Amino acid sequence: MSLAVGCRARPGKARDNKTGSWRVFKPVFGKEKCTLCGLCMTLCPEGCVHETEEGFITPDYTYCKGCGICAQECPGEAIEMKQEEK
Amino acid sequence: MMQITEGSHAVADAVRLCRPQVIAAYPITPQTHIVEALADMVADCELDAEYLTVDNELSALSACIGASAAGSRTYSATTSQGLALMFEVCFNAAGMRLPIVMSIANRALGAPLSIWNDQQDSISLRDSGWLQFYAEDNQEATDLHYLAYRVAEDHSVLLPAFVCFDGFILSHTYEPIDTLSQEDIDRFLPKFSPYERLDAADPISFGMYATPEYYLEFRYEMDRALKESKAIIEKRGKEFGQMFGRDYSAMVEGYRLEDADTAIVAMGSICGTTKDAIDEMREEGKKVGLLKIRVFRPFPTEDLARALAHVQRVAVLDKNISLGAKGAVALEVKDALYGSGIPVKGYVIGLGGRDVRKKDIKAIVGLIGKGQGDMFYGLRTEVL
Amino acid sequence: MVDKTLELFDCGHRACGGCGAALAARLVTKAAGTNTIVVSATGCMEVFSTPYPETAWKVPWIHSLFENASAVASGVEASLKKQGRTEKVVIMAGDGATFDIGMICISGAFERGHDFTYICYDNEAYMNTGIQRSGATPYDASTTTSPAGKCSFGNKRPKKDIPQIIAAHGAPYVATASIAYPADLMQKVEKAINTVGPCYIQVHAPCCTGWGFEGEQTIAVAKLAIETGLWVNYEMVDGKVVKAKKVVRKPVEEYLKTQKRFRHLFKPTRQDAEIATIQAIADRNAEKYAIDIKLKKE
Ligand SMILES: Cc1ncc(C[n+]2csc(CCOP(=O)(O)OP(=O)(O)O)c2C)c(N)n1
Ligand code: SF4
Ligand code: SF4
Ligand SMILES: [Mg+2]
Repeated sequence: MSLAVGCRARPGKARDNKTGSWRVFKPVFGKEKCTLCGLCMTLCPEGCVHETEEGFITPDYTYCKGCGICAQECPGEAIEMKQEEK
Repeated sequence: MMQITEGSHAVADAVRLCRPQVIAAYPITPQTHIVEALADMVADCELDAEYLTVDNELSALSACIGASAAGSRTYSATTSQGLALMFEVCFNAAGMRLPIVMSIANRALGAPLSIWNDQQDSISLRDSGWLQFYAEDNQEATDLHYLAYRVAEDHSVLLPAFVCFDGFILSHTYEPIDTLSQEDIDRFLPKFSPYERLDAADPISFGMYATPEYYLEFRYEMDRALKESKAIIEKRGKEFGQMFGRDYSAMVEGYRLEDADTAIVAMGSICGTTKDAIDEMREEGKKVGLLKIRVFRPFPTEDLARALAHVQRVAVLDKNISLGAKGAVALEVKDALYGSGIPVKGYVIGLGGRDVRKKDIKAIVGLIGKGQGDMFYGLRTEVL
Repeated sequence: MVDKTLELFDCGHRACGGCGAALAARLVTKAAGTNTIVVSATGCMEVFSTPYPETAWKVPWIHSLFENASAVASGVEASLKKQGRTEKVVIMAGDGATFDIGMICISGAFERGHDFTYICYDNEAYMNTGIQRSGATPYDASTTTSPAGKCSFGNKRPKKDIPQIIAAHGAPYVATASIAYPADLMQKVEKAINTVGPCYIQVHAPCCTGWGFEGEQTIAVAKLAIETGLWVNYEMVDGKVVKAKKVVRKPVEEYLKTQKRFRHLFKPTRQDAEIATIQAIADRNAEKYAIDIKLKKE
């Protein structure tokens, strides 16, 4: 890769940095209690929570840092933080 | 067309012909007449530019950074304290590779406060990555603006440029100027075509930071671009000469240097006085010549070494002082001539507006003849 | 309307887990949309989003220095105007960049009346350089340059009232917001970018690392700031407060206790006088912005 003039870049490259490796606790999204309110999607600082094609809400573990905001704020207590197995 | 014009107004007029789209500047003596003249032109619809009356010089150059990145040709002007306030922004503009052009009406730096001329201000920014052109007279001061834009905006250069001309000595002096027409300049200077720009249709991040993995390479690339700009200066300077009769392809210019045994090296308006002094010394049979440095960054190391290869001694006039060391130009000349065996002596002269006359130039030639130099010249020892 | 699925601040950025500023970046860009150019100042947000070449910004973005974002934005806006382009200019700068070092450039830019929206993400200290105090640091907060000690309760001065200062420049729209109320925040951003002239939004963005709480608590802490009256979400149009979020106020202790930066007010001994001073700040806020919901006594 040749150096960009003036230290510039086009979007996309941040995704090379897989922040999922930072995780100590992992949010596990329970399907039963989830009402699809979407609050976790709004509040995740990574923007990594999304709705799957099957209609479930799930984080992208490649980037989820395990901060726990989603679990803390979920009104239905549908998300549980579990020790990451490494 | 020849017109007798004040230097600042001639420069402002040249800037107008360059069609800057965004101008941001802050008044400071002796640059003020330039920005006032530009404001008049905008007010009279003679210049179709956004003119930002910014709050300080740091803002002025910062606004130019934003405007240049967004895709506009930009212009600013300052001097001395204003340039010092821009120090951080100057490094930034160059590192971001934005081809901003800025006029510097050279002035001393305080303390003590001095509104008068020397070249300490722009020379203190020699490491910042800007091209630095120095004008001997107002004709050159105007012409160098056209050249500066043409070179800075070249996609192989993409670095900002100072056009330096001595405060008061040139900025406030009326001289006859061959003014060019808009058609002339449009032929020489094409529309601004940014290499990349801030654009929602193609988002780019400008001004990212570099980790130790990349920083060295970014600096290397800047240095390379600056050095390679020599070829662009040569090409465009020559083109300018072919179009308008004044050739700026050379970064250094000799005056009665071919057969000289003593060479004076100088930059800016002092070259005019030096030429007159040389003419008189030649009458007396002294073989003295001048090598004028028109481009200080990139430094014309090879050109200078070539031009001075035949002389027996070199006296460098420095309107600046790297305190605790020497005049900056002398240091560079010594480096360029290293190994040649030619003795080089520096003379710090004319700081803070101290007049430099022909007799001073002659005295310096006398001093170097005796091997004396690397000194302040013209000190009033009675007040020390 | 805000497209909720739009993500313009990408995964892979290096903010601490639970960072309020990162959430602010996401929400602001989401609300601003793709036709936006962002101008950042040096600080956490700039650093965690743009180590070359890994930019997290999917909109055009520029960073120059710590103190000059509003001047850079002035230039961007002037250039767009000259070119007849339609992109909106949004500045995103920290509290240090805004309250302290950037004030000259900010004052000039607001006075000139450029059409931009200035977002200050307020994490109440210089986080990027290691949690030093800023003009936004609240009274008694312990930071690395305003440490609590044997003869100090931390930061000696209350927060500067920057929104008032900006409003005094004649800004048509000035607001405060919080990451704890994302819909409100996004609405305000939309309003600001669609208001002609220089607008300002100060977004409370708790910093788990600098304030000393677990990352999962970021939203909860931000909410408590509002619920205690230490942060007020309001809107000013043409210099007048037109709306403020009302709350049933809780005692400030409930907020202070969540964060290590205020721990010295409770341990080793409780500092009643200091807590009362902070309570008085909240009370003044409540009065000034009329935020108290009066509960009917039954
Ligand atoms: C002129 C200058 N002075 C100091 C710094 C060092 N510096 C970089 S970021 C920063 C603090 C940023 O604070 P703030 O604006 O609140 O953003 P935060 O990091 O808290 O998000 C400081 C002091 C600098 N980069 N430039
Ligand atoms: S734990 Fe944090 S990073 Fe992971 S999905 Fe939840 S909010 Fe996002
Ligand atoms: S130090 Fe604070 S503001 Fe900076 S990235 Fe971490 S949480 Fe965010
Ligand atoms: Mg901060």
